[in-house]
Amino acid sequence: MVQDHVIIIGNGIAGVTAARHIRKLSDKRITIISSESEYFFSRTALMYVYMGHMQWRHLKPYEDHFWTKNRIQLLKAYVTSIIPEENRIKLKDGRQIEYTQLILATGSEPQKFGWSGQDAKGVQGLYSKQDLELLEKNAPNSEVCKKAVIVGGGLIGIELAEMLSTRGIPVTFLVREKHFWNNVLPAHDAKIIDEHIRKHNIDLRLNTNLEEVITYDKNQVKAVRLKETDEVISCDLVGLTTGVKPRLEMLNQTSIQTNRGVLVNRFLETNYSDIYAIGDCAEQQNPIDQRPPIEAVWYTGKMMGETVAQTICGRRMAYKPGHWFNSAKFFDIEYQTYGWVFPTAKENHQHLHWSHRDGSKAMTINFNQKNNQFVGINTFGMRIRHEVINNWLNEKKSILEVLQQLEKVNFDPEFFKSYEKDIFKSFQKHLQKQEG
Amino acid sequence: MSKLERNMAMTGEKPAALSKIQKISSAIGLIGLSILILAIANVNFPDKTLFLSLGLGLISLGTIVFSYDLYKGKQPGIKNDGVWFKSMTSRGLFAWITALGLTFFYIVLYWYPQYLGLNADAANTGIIGLFDPLSKLINGGPASQWFVYGTLYTLAIFIFGYKFIKKYRHNRYEVLRTFSVMFFQLGFAFLIPEILMRLNQPYFNPANIWPLNYDFFAGYNLDSLFSSGTIGMVMFAFGLLSIFVISPILTYKYGKRWYCSWVCGCGGLAETAGDPYRHLSDKSVFSWRVERWVIHSVLVFVTVMTIAVIYSYLGQNPDEFWLTKDVFLWSSAGFLTLVFGLIMLFKRQELAKDAKYAAAGYLVVILAIIGLNYFNYQQDIFIFPSYKLRETYGFLIGAAFSGVIGVGFYPIFGNRVWCRFGCPMAAVLGMQQRLFSKFRITTNGGQCISCGNCSTYCEMGIDVRAYAQKGENIVRSSCVGCGICASVCPRGVLKLENDSLEKRVNSEEVTLGNDTSLMDFIKEKTE
Repeated sequence: MVQDHVIIIGNGIAGVTAARHIRKLSDKRITIISSESEYFFSRTALMYVYMGHMQWRHLKPYEDHFWTKNRIQLLKAYVTSIIPEENRIKLKDGRQIEYTQLILATGSEPQKFGWSGQDAKGVQGLYSKQDLELLEKNAPNSEVCKKAVIVGGGLIGIELAEMLSTRGIPVTFLVREKHFWNNVLPAHDAKIIDEHIRKHNIDLRLNTNLEEVITYDKNQVKAVRLKETDEVISCDLVGLTTGVKPRLEMLNQTSIQTNRGVLVNRFLETNYSDIYAIGDCAEQQNPIDQRPPIEAVWYTGKMMGETVAQTICGRRMAYKPGHWFNSAKFFDIEYQTYGWVFPTAKENHQHLHWSHRDGSKAMTINFNQKNNQFVGINTFGMRIRHEVINNWLNEKKSILEVLQQLEKVNFDPEFFKSYEKDIFKSFQKHLQKQEG
Repeated sequence: MSKLERNMAMTGEKPAALSKIQKISSAIGLIGLSILILAIANVNFPDKTLFLSLGLGLISLGTIVFSYDLYKGKQPGIKNDGVWFKSMTSRGLFAWITALGLTFFYIVLYWYPQYLGLNADAANTGIIGLFDPLSKLINGGPASQWFVYGTLYTLAIFIFGYKFIKKYRHNRYEVLRTFSVMFFQLGFAFLIPEILMRLNQPYFNPANIWPLNYDFFAGYNLDSLFSSGTIGMVMFAFGLLSIFVISPILTYKYGKRWYCSWVCGCGGLAETAGDPYRHLSDKSVFSWRVERWVIHSVLVFVTVMTIAVIYSYLGQNPDEFWLTKDVFLWSSAGFLTLVFGLIMLFKRQELAKDAKYAAAGYLVVILAIIGLNYFNYQQDIFIFPSYKLRETYGFLIGAAFSGVIGVGFYPIFGNRVWCRFGCPMAAVLGMQQRLFSKFRITTNGGQCISCGNCSTYCEMGIDVRAYAQKGENIVRSSCVGCGICASVCPRGVLKLENDSLEKRVNSEEVTLGNDTSLMDFIKEKTE
């Protein structure tokens, strides 16, 4: 019998998780192909290398001998095309490899919106290892890069702002929305982050769009022009952090169905039964629950990897993520979210908001006014327990039960001041006022 | 590592050059330090009290002003910018100079104190002479090299402790912990023993517990305790209770951190002066393997040595004292066998195969030595004379390992080399922590993004991420509970806590929040 050969394109968290679980469940031959890096690394930690918190080697979650020990073959190569009809892929160096199952885990790439000058030297995103290397060239210090402009008020944008400011580079941060990340965070939460960004001496411009990137003769960035005010800001670096999109370049010529991402059903199968897509590059034909069809989040990549491994190893399984959760860190403020807290409250939803006067801690709880059911929670500068909240969401706890048991979810380090009583009182007052 | 990767880590620039205040305070500190160095070079200062105060005062002032200015005007939060770019904290030239300087100091301190000005017959000269006034003030006598060392050690914990508190001012756990090590160093390790000496009582540091204090059962110490009446007996009893009763109880409730990062002097220095070097510890699986062998071998060594020392102290006539050489030998053998047996009986499922083999091997070695000795006792106790064993231990472990390598090489191997690879006390507490404790680092569900800050900044070389990314709690014998992994985590994934024993060691195959039927399926399968 010929041994099954699972090929995984992409060595990010999704692909690697799939490989690890397939190895646990089977003896199949496994090959992971990546053109980005030899070994799996944590993309989320790229910023810490630039900031000098870590070295590149610290980004690798597994020691190099892990892969041989687990018989997972790593191939640093660029896949140029896929031929589903013949179960083959082609590499740039001309080699062709056959597979029995193929997993597409190609991840994302920065998204651009057709600005003039967007491909000039000194204009870049921050997603890959190569982007980080480029940033070291474009902005090694405040002499080479006297000024930077970041376009796009999301998670990567704020990371880039933090990174550059650790090297003393002045940053102007253009945000399209009314407040930072206001397309995800409710305004009162987002305002707290606005304040915090400004405390870190970032020139934050809200309600501001990029008009164009102005360049010198040699296609080197010189300045940006803003849309609303026509203001020209001269700069040596433009960080384009206006989101990411699935990376599909090797699929252009194939009959694998794509939309914005690779289209998959609940079983993460593409239109070919032995080709799967997971992680950032996969697009659900029908979105799950309230989740977006393309989920570019670390843990969803992990979950899809875990799920697809089961399917490939003979136990066909649908991808059914539980309650939404996520987290991030904005400079010094940690953010966690569980369940749903929408930027503007949906019909029948109500937001309870509490914030500490020092601007470093806040909590927003979303509940359904009709049945008093707890819907979701955002915390800033406070850590809470995933497991407990997850159970509460499963049990459909009422808002009152949640408020009464708030201290059970506290996950802050020992001896930290706790604010549950404050929060409870403030919310109670708020609710009574409404009833009265 | 490819060339590119090396570049990327090394081309980075320091976040900012020194400010004016930082330059001035550095100069002030260096002037203070140069007074001490001049004293080592045998410059005879006219007014010792004045120059000693100036030396220590300027060092403190310089460090404190520098630290204040460093974190002034910065938002509270993690302050690791540029750690891997600075020569001092990334094994650069400054780091090597500092390491060699410290190592040299330790070698002179341990083996050539005469060059520091120690004089048994006449008045002290050099730096030891400089400290005479302070020594007379506190303990009534002239200074020794250990008094100089103790003073500088305590001072270092205070001034670098101040810096640490400034750095982690947003974290009350870190702040309280630092006040605690300052308190125990100044009170227990420095003042109490010195004042006891002034009162003509035995030297006793209640925070220095056997087996870290390997001289506790040495003949000279027992003589001194037993000849000091009630207070000596109280000290002896406290020493015994500390290791056999107090520390197991506290470790059960809080983990070994109650000692290693709240009380212990070695830990105190590591957490304050050593904090800038915590990321230098090796995280590889290989070094973990080395760690387990080395630290437990030191524990066996100190156990055998102590048994030998007590053995040679005891008499053979049961009419004089019930605890004779024979009774002691057999009860030691019995006690060790009992401990081994109980662990194997109740906790064997928590031990890896190699741990069981190693434990059995160690036990056999100790029992063999005891047996050999019993049938062959007369002159050479334990093959070597016991004083030779103690001397060898003191030289190899007490001085060379804990001092020269342990502290001297802070800037190269990290700040907890001694605690991780050498300290027998840490080995004892570690076993208790791993098997009989409520302490763990809880992992928060599926929030880990594998960034690796926790592993990088773990001073004990624990690959924290390896557990966190699996949603698994961290229950490791070496963890000293410094809390830095939880602090540097950008996603709020880790929490040090004492909780129930149930589900302390957990293992989840899939991410929390993934399909519940998948989670159940995998659980079923593993059961």
